[in-house]
Amino acid sequence: MAVPAVTAEALPAPTAAGATRRLWTSILRNRKATAGLVLLGLIVFVAAFPALIAPGDPHAAIYGQQEGPSAAHLLGTTQVGEDVFTQLIWGTRVTLIITVVVGLLATVIAVAIGVTAAYIGGAADQALSLFTDVFLIIPSLPLLIILSAYLQGSGTVAIIFALTVTGWAFGARQLRAQGLAMRTLEFLEAARARGERQTWIVAMEILPNMLSLIVASFLGSAVYTVAAAAGLQYLGLGNSGDITWGTMLHFAQQNAAIESGNIAWALAPGAAVALLGTSFALLNYAFDEITNPALRAVRKRRGRAAA
Amino acid sequence: MAEPLLEVRDLSVAYRTDAGDVVAVDRVSFEMARGEFLAVVGESGCGKSTLLYAITQLLSPPAEIAGGEVRFGGRNLVTLDGEELRRLRWRGYSIVMQSAMNALNPTLSVEAQFGDAMRAHGPAGDEEVRARSEAVLKLVGIDPVHRRSYPHQLSGGMRQRAMIAMALLFDPDLVVMDEPTSALDVVAQRSLMRQIKDLQERLGFAVLFVTHDMSLVSHYSDRLLVMYAGQVAEIAPTRVCFDTPLHPYSQGLFGGFPSIHGPRLPLVGIPGSPPDLLTPPSGCRFHPRCAQVMAHCPVVSPDLITVGDTEVRCLLYAPNQGRPEGAAIAAARPAAAPVEVVT
Amino acid sequence: MTAGALEAPLLRTEGLTRHFRLGGLLSRRMLHAVDDVDLEIRQREVVALVGESGSGKSTVARLLARLYRPTRGRILFHGEPVDRLRSRAASLGYHGQVAMVFQDPYSSLNPAFRVSHGVTRALRLHRPELSPDERQHEAERLFTIVGLTPAAATLRRFPYELSGGQRQRVGFAEALASKPSLILADEPVSMLDVSIRAGILNLMTELRDREGVSMLFITHDIASARYVADRIVVMYGGHVVESGPSEAVVAHPRHPYAQLLMASVPDPRTPPADLVGGAVGDPPKVIDPIEGCRFVGRCPVAIEICSRVTPRLRELGPGHSAACHVAVADS
Repeated sequence: MAVPAVTAEALPAPTAAGATRRLWTSILRNRKATAGLVLLGLIVFVAAFPALIAPGDPHAAIYGQQEGPSAAHLLGTTQVGEDVFTQLIWGTRVTLIITVVVGLLATVIAVAIGVTAAYIGGAADQALSLFTDVFLIIPSLPLLIILSAYLQGSGTVAIIFALTVTGWAFGARQLRAQGLAMRTLEFLEAARARGERQTWIVAMEILPNMLSLIVASFLGSAVYTVAAAAGLQYLGLGNSGDITWGTMLHFAQQNAAIESGNIAWALAPGAAVALLGTSFALLNYAFDEITNPALRAVRKRRGRAAA
Repeated sequence: MAEPLLEVRDLSVAYRTDAGDVVAVDRVSFEMARGEFLAVVGESGCGKSTLLYAITQLLSPPAEIAGGEVRFGGRNLVTLDGEELRRLRWRGYSIVMQSAMNALNPTLSVEAQFGDAMRAHGPAGDEEVRARSEAVLKLVGIDPVHRRSYPHQLSGGMRQRAMIAMALLFDPDLVVMDEPTSALDVVAQRSLMRQIKDLQERLGFAVLFVTHDMSLVSHYSDRLLVMYAGQVAEIAPTRVCFDTPLHPYSQGLFGGFPSIHGPRLPLVGIPGSPPDLLTPPSGCRFHPRCAQVMAHCPVVSPDLITVGDTEVRCLLYAPNQGRPEGAAIAAARPAAAPVEVVT
Repeated sequence: MTAGALEAPLLRTEGLTRHFRLGGLLSRRMLHAVDDVDLEIRQREVVALVGESGSGKSTVARLLARLYRPTRGRILFHGEPVDRLRSRAASLGYHGQVAMVFQDPYSSLNPAFRVSHGVTRALRLHRPELSPDERQHEAERLFTIVGLTPAAATLRRFPYELSGGQRQRVGFAEALASKPSLILADEPVSMLDVSIRAGILNLMTELRDREGVSMLFITHDIASARYVADRIVVMYGGHVVESGPSEAVVAHPRHPYAQLLMASVPDPRTPPADLVGGAVGDPPKVIDPIEGCRFVGRCPVAIEICSRVTPRLRELGPGHSAACHVAVADS
């Protein structure tokens, strides 16, 4: 009985190429992802090309004052005669910019602090964790108000700064937790045994594996920022010269829009905030489901006849 | 043979996935007599654990039984309703899991867990629980004082023995064990196997022992069932299987064990890897890796063929289809003798 | 058969010790993972380090790989103490000479990259003189040596596309990339199916014979140790209890723990012997241990001195020593 002497092993059949193509297919198959993408896409389009949808100047106070919705003014007018619909469309850009910038900044800080704490461990980890906890515990609204008041006059920049400062800690905690879980993975020890430097290991071996959590952290930050930014501007802490959904809410409230018959003025910006938040939230859920198949809804299949 | 204790007939288990059905257990059939020690051996992915869960009715979605029967004490477990099955559990048959640390509740003392199990099947006073706990702990060689201990206070070997004690609470007819020694070191493993065999001889229960380590069971089991790619490849009395394995897979497997006694022989493994069960190989599932493959092996799916005491799923021994050597082996084996099991 | 018995050993440890503090920074409790280990590995030699989990064998490997710093004792590589290597260049050089292969094929390769990642990095770090073309060539050569063919196609795969055995071979290829004189293999086959192990074990002896690399093979499986190794070192409770040529240690173990171990190994061809004693007992006390032999609680032949004085390794036969007050020398 001849048994072949082998050290080589036959390879499994080559798998389909294109991780990108597979990713795209899983996105399209997932209803939440498609919905979120479509919604976000629409909003980005509106932010990029407001003139296509609402030609006209959002600041132009030339129409009748505080009118309700009509054919000429889909959402009515403000107390000084600006068209609300035009304002809503043109206000999208600043809102979106704030959301994305804060999301990015907060995520970068969260990654830097969270992953470093997890990888270095020991006393440095204790110190960084304490630092993170402090920022988690500080009530964000009072801090936001104080920071905004302190940075008076800088409007949008102040809001971005304030939201970043209060928004990074949650992500840092999550990333630290995942970093800790990765400590027992042997490929990190293998990298050290190879002689790699610590910083290189964090950047090149750990981060690529945390990509899904980092993206999720960004999306989560975005959801938080959409609402928080609108909230701050509603309270009047933003730059009132800017037109954003939050400032629209502020003026609508100041001028008792609901009582005076222009409900649309009060509701439309709020609905827009909700839509933007929802689109990020949908993308967040979808992202979780795509990267973690265990979370996908189990669809009952019609039983096939037994073999 | 007298009425078998356990009869598995054409049992199939499928995992329903988006990509299709993965048949992890494919029409497995075997019988166990009262008091018999049957070892189910195989490597990762062969389906032995899935088979175990299917027999004990512990499968959860997306896995489900896709066909066949499991007859225990004359009743088909697959079709029993919830309440009847519950009454059979632990009384008729019990299970010892692979890792005691995962199976024992870390927040309850040993006695409390035994009490739980006992009360699930009828009222049991504290005194009764205490007495029975002491009795089963003594059976497995644990000082009864440990009935008040928590799992983390016991060593690994003791925890596994506590699991076995729990399995014996109702003096079942069958104890199913899923790799109960894999977390232990060699010395503790040896000790535990000795203990299991000892208990089996004293109390007379049958043991269905699933493991990937065939040397472990080689001196304790009555019969060996070798699984490959969800099917039974070979089933024979243990010594016969080790001394003269018939299936090329078994031959490769048993030849892969280095020995510490005797001369240092060169080790040869089996090339390739176990097949993807979503699209298993046509014909005989082992043919892509088989050193003795014949022309019709990729075409014909072999049934289990009886060769003396062994049943083997291999065309080498098929009359008219097999090789001359295979036919010679088949002719040379005496007719299968009924498996006598001493209880 | 082992070459260079008269040459200086490739690597030697003197009193190698590693303790871990348990509890917080202020705790006084110390786990003595490795205590006073004297080990020797020669050129072109496979030494098996055998013991149960918790015996300290994996810690020894990590000390030798410089993943941990010793609490006490020294490591001498080519006669030079390793802790004197302070500069980045010297340290990197050591890592290139002493490479490591890990136990778990499912976590030892970075899943985010193709399997060429580790080999390429190792080549860049330790052989920077190679051009990108030469690197690719060398990577293919390494994959061919370890039996992963076709090499070029395999290099482009991701870890999830390879089986456990194939991934372990990638681990060996990564270790070989820096042209090491010693490979530390930490339980390289424990998580592989039996039919796959033979291939990896054979690969290890081939690497010793054809590439001239020494190996420290850490395992709890005596049978594989005997199959592959020239010498076996047995550890218990952080101490080395026996050391000698494989055949001698397996056939005539001197230390009661080694005797227990050899008798417990399941062998389908030989019915199990009755264990004399010591099978059941408490695990060794390695947290704040006291003086004395750590096996004394389970030892069937312990005498009075065993609880007082920690035995040192004594030579009892040619190249065969045991740390036991009771063990007798060959006549």
